Amino acid sequence: MSNWEVVIGLEIHAQLATKSKIFSGSATAYGASPNTQANLVDLAYPGVLPVLNGEAVRMAVKFGLAIGAAIAPRSIFARKNYFYPDLPKGYQISQYEQPVVGKGAISIMLDDGAVKTIGVTRAHLEEDAGKSLHEGLAHASGIDLNRAGTPLLEIVSEPDMRSAKEAVAYMKKIHTLVRYLEICDGNMQEGSFRCDANVSVRPRGREKLGTRAEIKNLNSFRFVEKANHHEVARQVELIESGGKVIQETRLYDSDKDETRAMRSKEEANDYRYFPDPDLLPVVIDEVLVATVRATLPELPDEKAVRFARDLGLSLYDAGVLCASRELAAYFEAVVSNTGAAHAKLAANWVMGELSGALNRDNVEITASRVSPAALHGLLARIVDATISGKIAKDVFEAMWSEGLAADDVIATRGLTQITDAGAIEKVIDAVIATNPKQFADYRAGKDKLFGFFVGQVMKATAHKANPARVNDLLKVKLGDTKTGG
Amino acid sequence: MLHTLSIGELAERLADKRISSVELTRHFLARIERLNPGLNAVITLTAEQALESAAAADRRLAAGERGRLLGIPLIHKDIFCTDGVRTSCGSRMLDNFISPYDATIVTKLKAAGAVMLGKANMDEFAMGSSNETSFYGPVKNPWDTSKVPGGSSGGSAAASAARLAPYTTGTDTGGSIRQPAALTGVTGVKPTYGRVSRYGMIAFASSLDQAGVLARSAADAAAVLQVMAGFDPKDSTSVETPVPDYPALLDAPLKGLKIGLLREFFVGLDSRNAALIQDALAVYTSLGADTLEVSLPHLPLSVPTYYVVAPAECSSNLSRFDGVRYGYRCQSPKDLTDLYERSRGEGFGAEVKRRIMTGTYVLSAGYFDAYYLKAQKARRLITDDFRAAFQKVDLLVGPTTPTPAFAIGAKMDDPVTMYLNDIYTIGANLAGLPGISAPCGFIDGLPMGLQLIGPHFSEAKLLSAAHQFQRATDWHARTPGGYE
Repeated sequence: MSNWEVVIGLEIHAQLATKSKIFSGSATAYGASPNTQANLVDLAYPGVLPVLNGEAVRMAVKFGLAIGAAIAPRSIFARKNYFYPDLPKGYQISQYEQPVVGKGAISIMLDDGAVKTIGVTRAHLEEDAGKSLHEGLAHASGIDLNRAGTPLLEIVSEPDMRSAKEAVAYMKKIHTLVRYLEICDGNMQEGSFRCDANVSVRPRGREKLGTRAEIKNLNSFRFVEKANHHEVARQVELIESGGKVIQETRLYDSDKDETRAMRSKEEANDYRYFPDPDLLPVVIDEVLVATVRATLPELPDEKAVRFARDLGLSLYDAGVLCASRELAAYFEAVVSNTGAAHAKLAANWVMGELSGALNRDNVEITASRVSPAALHGLLARIVDATISGKIAKDVFEAMWSEGLAADDVIATRGLTQITDAGAIEKVIDAVIATNPKQFADYRAGKDKLFGFFVGQVMKATAHKANPARVNDLLKVKLGDTKTGG
Repeated sequence: MLHTLSIGELAERLADKRISSVELTRHFLARIERLNPGLNAVITLTAEQALESAAAADRRLAAGERGRLLGIPLIHKDIFCTDGVRTSCGSRMLDNFISPYDATIVTKLKAAGAVMLGKANMDEFAMGSSNETSFYGPVKNPWDTSKVPGGSSGGSAAASAARLAPYTTGTDTGGSIRQPAALTGVTGVKPTYGRVSRYGMIAFASSLDQAGVLARSAADAAAVLQVMAGFDPKDSTSVETPVPDYPALLDAPLKGLKIGLLREFFVGLDSRNAALIQDALAVYTSLGADTLEVSLPHLPLSVPTYYVVAPAECSSNLSRFDGVRYGYRCQSPKDLTDLYERSRGEGFGAEVKRRIMTGTYVLSAGYFDAYYLKAQKARRLITDDFRAAFQKVDLLVGPTTPTPAFAIGAKMDDPVTMYLNDIYTIGANLAGLPGISAPCGFIDGLPMGLQLIGPHFSEAKLLSAAHQFQRATDWHARTPGGYE
């Protein structure tokens, strides 16, 4: 164990899934041609004014309620002033001293199954900036202001994470939550969900925090893990070789897998925050809070506890199934048909074959080629012993690739399990007859040859024989002969 | 002569078909062409568009439609965005800027059938009290062309005074409607903050800016404000409160009206100025009003407070003028920093730069608490003083300016002396209150203004008080020589 303790806090930026921007009526859809979703307000024309999108406020409140945070009855927007071409007004409208969401918390599950609570300091509303484009433009930079004004919820954590893995677990948990709440599409490739990481190290046992570096703009879970991991190693190495960490902003270069300095604290902007006089304070009364509370779905932790309690799943499995609202809904749809008694079977199939196929073919669960009803159709045949689990995997593949129902696959391919004792006995007799040496050896006491006979019988029936029946009957046949001989 | 008629009289003649809007428009366009070169009040003339609007208004009149402003020309302060027309804000920065949209008040006036003749000169980005900071050169006061007309709505004031239009629009951040109205002998109304939409009005100091009107009488101003006022969903700071029928309320009796004399306004006041105010009070007494003295102990903090708050907001508001998307851009910038520095360095004038720097300073880390926060506290104290005063009186009365119009160039080297011009007007902006300046006499042949300040949304009362004063006096009807 290292002598150094890692301390990480994250600032997550979640783009809110409003139809229009936070202060203008422009659409927020991703991927439109540059500057086609930027109106005069987004372009910061002279004389235009911002008007707050109430939906963004409701979404922020929803998030606050989901993490048990205090909702500020009155919060204000402030201007963060700096010059940059992708920031048309020369200031970003954000919240500074009075954010809409106060202190809250969220729990994460560690690798050893232990649960840890991570504090959320605050969450505030702000507008996203545009994008500078450099590719394909010789000696010039382009600006695309489609993203300018997209609502962001900045979720600031306490410095509660003690490893890169914990940071990823926390980020995944927030990701799960915002998608459950349907306030963010969570699309990290499109930048809808990204974070900055504040990283420091301190000698184990010391209270005082070390000097932190801020790593900007991490837009995948893998990058969060790698960048934090790398930054911790850099800081430890630096300190151990007699150096000092300086407070600075760093960028993670995923190609080189390293972080490098962007600007130091001394070079940092003085943002000259002050209340935005164009916007009134945001007043959130109890009625609004109650209205939003009524729209809260069952939260992932609540759902996982319910799955564990009512369906007898392990908390870990329940947690995996609840990682997305869609996955949990799929699972529940299957179980509602197959029955709670077979929830473990359903869970194994959803987490195993189904998730494997979805990942392999990069298909969203909502577009799964095997519907919950179809999967139930397959599981029902396992439960009633029409087919074995092994055959079921082949049937599933056929269902997945050809879009067929389980029963159709079983019927057309003649996969129905053989359970008839007479039929199986005939096969056993034939196997014994064609393998006299093995039979003799078994009889002489080589018990491990039992498996050989099982295999031969299964092979002879193209794996359609019910394995349990085969076992029972083989025991009798081989044993019969033994005692009888 | 058409330019001597009030808005009400013009509307009557248009309704009677004694004149057409096109004739009226031609008349004023001809006056502008003849008289504006000596004043520099109008910096953009939109003659062709004006004649089209006038023809459209005539068609509406012919179809039987009637309206208080239908077919009547005006000039907009060049701070209001006007679709397809240069909107310069008096700055080189926007000398090439053709607005792609109309400000809300422009839209409202257009819908009412108002005919825009052109755009009025102004202090650059409304920062100034003399109209000398304009990129287009100073405006001259029609009463004495060696004198300033006041600012920042100096072009609007001079145009109204010289009868280049029946009325003009203006904006008032620290007195920019009332002060030039006083110095040019016209009636200027600064409504309650939030009464008129700020959408499309190029921002100077967002928490203080308010659009209003400069006209030749309170009655004319009432007709215009009636159209301009009202809630605008595009301006979050505009207030959703019904607009009274201002013209209909002009004759509400003043008997029993309690008028407060602001003690702080009379400290060190020029005796001739004080005498004019006393004369005005005598008029009000004769109309049945009672006068009593009130004190606003924190009012002397107004000027320093204003010159922290306004520059702070302006430093941020003017950041968008960066040479990237519209407006002035320097020649062949080396890099991004050079683009910013030279575009802004060359595009802005000295006063604008002074305020941007002041504002940047007061918002900076380490100074924010000492300046910006302290100014906000002072602003609250001033507002509370006004609130307390309005528990005792209906309106407050005092001078609009300390002195009559001063000579062009006299104060340009001394910003603090220039800033003190707004000493009587700034308080109403800090507290968001409505105010009117109405002509109340002359000093050395130059007009002076009586200022009335009322509680929030008391425009009807202010207009009627000014109107009845104007029925009892004729200061507002005086016309500068050469412009009769």
